[in-house]
Amino acid sequence: MDNVGLILALAGAVSAALFAGIGSAYGVGLAGRAGAGAITENPDLFSKVLILQLLPGTQGIYGLLVAFVTLSQIGLLGGGAAEITAGTGLMYFLSCVPIAVVGMISAIYQGKTSVAAIGVVTKKPDQFGKAMLFPAMVETYAILALLISILAVFSL
Amino acid sequence: MGKDYTYAVARIRGRELSLFGQPVMEQLLACKTCGEALRFLADKGWGSPEKPLTEENVLEEETRKTWDLISEMIKDMSVFDVFRIADDYHNLKAALKLAYVQSGIDRSRVYVTGGRIEPELIEKAALERDFSALPKDMRGAAAEAQDTLLHTGDGQLCDIILDRASLEAVYAAGQESGDEVLKKYAELTVAAADIRIAVRCGKVGKSLDFIRRALADCGGIDTEALAHAALSGTESVAGYLEGTAFSPAAEALRKSPAAFEKWCDDLIIDYIRPQKYNPFTLGPLAAYILARRNEIKCVRMILTGKQNELADDMIRERLREMYV
Repeated sequence: MDNVGLILALAGAVSAALFAGIGSAYGVGLAGRAGAGAITENPDLFSKVLILQLLPGTQGIYGLLVAFVTLSQIGLLGGGAAEITAGTGLMYFLSCVPIAVVGMISAIYQGKTSVAAIGVVTKKPDQFGKAMLFPAMVETYAILALLISILAVFSL
Repeated sequence: MGKDYTYAVARIRGRELSLFGQPVMEQLLACKTCGEALRFLADKGWGSPEKPLTEENVLEEETRKTWDLISEMIKDMSVFDVFRIADDYHNLKAALKLAYVQSGIDRSRVYVTGGRIEPELIEKAALERDFSALPKDMRGAAAEAQDTLLHTGDGQLCDIILDRASLEAVYAAGQESGDEVLKKYAELTVAAADIRIAVRCGKVGKSLDFIRRALADCGGIDTEALAHAALSGTESVAGYLEGTAFSPAAEALRKSPAAFEKWCDDLIIDYIRPQKYNPFTLGPLAAYILARRNEIKCVRMILTGKQNELADDMIRERLREMYV
């Protein structure tokens, strides 16, 4: 196992894209179902509901970003993989963990909060601005996790 | 993985906007005649343009619309059996009595729609005395009620057998539903029915054995104690209730039967009101069905009151609290 470091780093990149993506898919899907219900009764709500549906989709993008940066750092995107020790590979892996875990969980919860916000918009369309803030709050923790993952990957 | 009701609940949120609140009820109450009230309802989208604007047509149409909406969103309607069981038992009572008297009464005036099974199937079972095609909970009670009717000719005895079986089926359906709203609704429905039966039996001096046969077991009410209390009259039933979770019902019961009915309906509406803020689960759908039933019941009271030229205050004191 000469390339155990590279494998660990790659596992980190894959985890970031995989778990954050799973969370976003769940969150967007859940909010989408609520959005479809809201639109069935009032098609004029489409643009507002669409924004609320898209909010849990950002974690998937953050995971993808961290995966890209990690792959770039370890040289896999350029075609020539760098020599990475097991210790460095493990550090890359751990750097990716925040966005993988927090990304997935926050996307699921953001999806649920978006569903509740869609309920608010369905009843009171003029309260869209306030309703959007609730799922947007959940985003804070995905951004914090992204920040830590990106800083850690860049500093290696 | 549990069933997903996210889409359905979001649709219901939109529909809740068109539910009548207290101000709309006041507007309806302010109509001078039943005809004016019906036109007001038609302007709100009630009834069908294809049918004459009559009280029965409008209310029947609104009930049909509610169930059409729910069945459009929910594939497995058995989760709402708790609301539909009573209609099946009503049809069974009618079918058994029609089969007994061999009457040529117009069927469409006797049976109600909205149950779990078609009235024709129940009628066929009653005529052939074969109840195997009916839901499991109805078979035993149907056979027992028919035997009782044939041997004694006592329609009231037949009714209490079926009423008790209906209440037991509602309670069991609520327990099996897995949803807190449906479970609580079933418990309250059976408890309220037991109290109602006890009061009526006490008033007409029924025997302890008769009362025992009529009462269905449910959580929160000791049927044996209630049956004994019923023997001594309404005050005694109210006294018994004071020592149970239904203590506020005692005051309503002392006031009048109408006040007790209103208390029961208001309790259910109070219980389901938090469902307006629940974005998932079956609860908001069940709450919407109950809210529509409550709304239709209130509109029926107003229309009937207008037809009989009752004073607005008399109608108002009977109106239930609204969901929205």
